[in-house]
Amino acid sequence: MFPASFAYVAARSVEEALALMAKHGEDGKLLAGGHSLIPAMKLRLQSPRVLIDLGTVPELRGIKVDGGQLIIGALTVHADVAASDLVRKHVPGLADAASVIGDLQVRNRGTIGGSVAHADPAADLPVILTALNASFVVQSPSGNRTIAVDDFFTDFYTTALNANEILTEIRVPIPASGSGTAYAKLPHPASGYVVVSAGALITRQASGTCTSARIAIGGLGSGPIRAIPTEMELQGKPLTSQVIAAAAAKAAEETDPVEDAYASIEYKQHVASVYARKAIEAAVERAKS
Amino acid sequence: MTAEAEYPAVPVSVTVNGVKHDAAVEPRTLLVYFLREHLGLTGTHVGCDTSQCGACTVHLNGRAVKSCTILAAQANGAEVKTIEGLANGDVFHPVQEGFREKHGLQCGYCTPGMIMTAVHLLETNPNPSDEEIKHALEGNICRCTGYVNIVESVKWAAEKMRKQP
Repeated sequence: MFPASFAYVAARSVEEALALMAKHGEDGKLLAGGHSLIPAMKLRLQSPRVLIDLGTVPELRGIKVDGGQLIIGALTVHADVAASDLVRKHVPGLADAASVIGDLQVRNRGTIGGSVAHADPAADLPVILTALNASFVVQSPSGNRTIAVDDFFTDFYTTALNANEILTEIRVPIPASGSGTAYAKLPHPASGYVVVSAGALITRQASGTCTSARIAIGGLGSGPIRAIPTEMELQGKPLTSQVIAAAAAKAAEETDPVEDAYASIEYKQHVASVYARKAIEAAVERAKS
Repeated sequence: MTAEAEYPAVPVSVTVNGVKHDAAVEPRTLLVYFLREHLGLTGTHVGCDTSQCGACTVHLNGRAVKSCTILAAQANGAEVKTIEGLANGDVFHPVQEGFREKHGLQCGYCTPGMIMTAVHLLETNPNPSDEEIKHALEGNICRCTGYVNIVESVKWAAEKMRKQP
């Protein structure tokens, strides 16, 4: 299989890519790692006339810490996120998620920015990045703006990115001391995509009381869903296994999933509470150390 | 406008198994077809052609990747290693030897991809557990034998590579 014909342009900078997007308008499409776009083009689900490659813009790669935030270039591949000492030290939950995307070869090519901008409802990174309260730096011809994760994923395969914007950085606040992060996933056994998954950021006092919690669920809607009832149930409580189980049981309370060929609504909602519990327990364990 | 004018050929310069190749390719040329049809390196296989089976796995700048899901144009300036570039003259790479010693193949169709992924694994993790081997080979599908002997082959190779100076 091969895609419909297109012209290929290797951008050398974000500015050049923005100029190419302005020139080609709806005919143009940005190429990151290509591990969602190229398969879609081979199936002729997408037929852009011009591919603008961002893989040739070196400043879009890399991971650093600045101003209390982990800053990840949009073209950083999943394998590098999973293996990063900075990520594993500050937000191991993000490394959890990056290490279970697709398979080894996919993780060697697929990029964090590509995954986020593609906004597949069965993707891993949107879920953990929601739990981690990430934000996204986007560049347009008129300058930069930052979009909070809670405002970013707007629908199936749809984000708050405008057509003239390029996602350049993913910013993850480094959690306060006493925090733990984790990601737990039930993958589809054939595709590896998310059936249901959960991400957790828990902050606790030395006494064991939960001072804050952000919990996100994947697989139950058009994008990641904050499990607000679970978060509220944890807030101010001692993080015992009973408290965690009772809070996790509410993980799917505000969700409205649809039945599909793999799983019924009841099954998805039940599994969401199971995986929310796994993620919270793992985050609490990390918060202790 | 003709198709050629609208979609001009892209110059690519790729070093494959140590040999530099300069070519002008149609932009939609996938790396696997560049290797097989332009360079005649048919050891890299096309299985599912949908990024799942891993038969097309090669190394791009030292990392295992699925060459059916990469444009030849994206490999411009890169180093590619295929199954043909693995042996040192007549001496097999330890992973190739392992697949022979432990009967890690039956029809052989998935084998080049399995081997290229396993080599990448052992280059990054010289002493993997069974679980780590299975996790690394998740993107390589075998429809003949199952995976027990494949895991044994990789373990055999890992042990041999650890003993080599």
